[in-house]
Amino acid sequence: MMWSWIPQNWSLIWNLTWENAKLGVLPALYGLVISLPLGIVAARWRWFYPPVLTVVNVLYAIPSLALFIALIPAFGLTDTTVIIALTVFSLCVILPNVVAGLRAVPAPIRQAATAMGYSALRRLVTVELPLAIPVIIAGLRVAVVSNISLASLGQLIGVSSLGYLFIDGLQRDFPTEIYVGLVLIIVLALVCDLILVGVRRALTPWEPRRERRERQERAVPARRLAA
Amino acid sequence: MSFFSWAWDWITQSANWHGSGSIPQQIVAHLGYSALPLLIASLIAVPAGVAIGHTGRGGVLVVNLANGWRAIPTLGLLILLAVFLGFSFVTWLLPLVVLAIPPILVNAYEGVAGVDHGVKDAAKGMGMTPWQQVTRVEVPIALPLILVGLRTGAIFVVATATIAAYIGLGGLGRFIIDGLASDQYGPVAGGALLVVVLAVLVLALFALLSRLVVPAGLRGQSKLGRTE
Repeated sequence: MMWSWIPQNWSLIWNLTWENAKLGVLPALYGLVISLPLGIVAARWRWFYPPVLTVVNVLYAIPSLALFIALIPAFGLTDTTVIIALTVFSLCVILPNVVAGLRAVPAPIRQAATAMGYSALRRLVTVELPLAIPVIIAGLRVAVVSNISLASLGQLIGVSSLGYLFIDGLQRDFPTEIYVGLVLIIVLALVCDLILVGVRRALTPWEPRRERRERQERAVPARRLAA
Repeated sequence: MSFFSWAWDWITQSANWHGSGSIPQQIVAHLGYSALPLLIASLIAVPAGVAIGHTGRGGVLVVNLANGWRAIPTLGLLILLAVFLGFSFVTWLLPLVVLAIPPILVNAYEGVAGVDHGVKDAAKGMGMTPWQQVTRVEVPIALPLILVGLRTGAIFVVATATIAAYIGLGGLGRFIIDGLASDQYGPVAGGALLVVVLAVLVLALFALLSRLVVPAGLRGQSKLGRTE
């Protein structure tokens, strides 16, 4: 470990971290935006979900590196290629959570909202979606953390991220760089994860802080992907 | 030219199907490099997950650890090991085993922990020993989820074995990494397509397997299954 390398290369490290954060967070947000309408439809019309889930499972099985490569002819060696591929993965992770979260809303609550004269749309927006937030955010957390780690693979096709430190470190046989890359990716992922926990708490002030959370988040088809 | 035409042109060149480092050889190598870590990971994670699920102790820890695990970039881990150990058995095997353990462990745990309490009580009430409760009741009921875990682990490993080519492992990743290094998109696309096909075949294999081994009364549940 050569500590002096870090301050000497501060701007490089900062740029790569920022780039990696962007490649991790944006796809998760895009995935959320696509998952919400699809999930709402799938939760309402049950026949719609099994075929969607099959597609999701197949997409999820595609190695991210292979998907990067498949997108190269269309989008080149750019951020867009990585962002689109990771959006697909985020969708695979978040969509099942949206459906699970909406389906887990207890029937009496739905019935009470209807009895109070809520329209279907108002019930969805003001009752069902807020109650599904913890489960949806659990999916979002998985997506963000995985994306940040997977974004480093973009370096293999020349899209810059903290993965640069791995490859450069290997080529120069310089472990310091590899350590810095590993630590920064893990720290970045944990920071984003904590931010999402904070967002969930802010959005669901009625939730008890501890025990129920565990139960709800485990009741979720969370996924993780590798490489 | 699109991805598929590049890939197809390369895959259908007969030169790529003969000799050392040919497509069939690399497919076999890829399967071998994937099967071994998956086997080792299953031998560790399935019994551990079942045991934790049965006793109910340590479950929260397992789930949280598996969550944090996702943050570890496999490429970084591979390269770090390569720098210290050079290219050895451990260099590629360890990251793949490490990668496959969390989904297998968590699903085995969730599956067994999620068995209905009434069913567990009934098994106990019928005089089953703890071993019988686990092997005859809890594991069969948890089987759909255990298979989802194995499937996810298998898919991770097949995908990541590709990246291990970067540090010198054989398999389909060779075509991708070597193609990228020499700016030839043909082998890159072809290798990527073959990996996708292999991953989808693994998925199909597990779908078939779950039909064969899951008790009839439980079929359909795995559709709700989680991947970790």
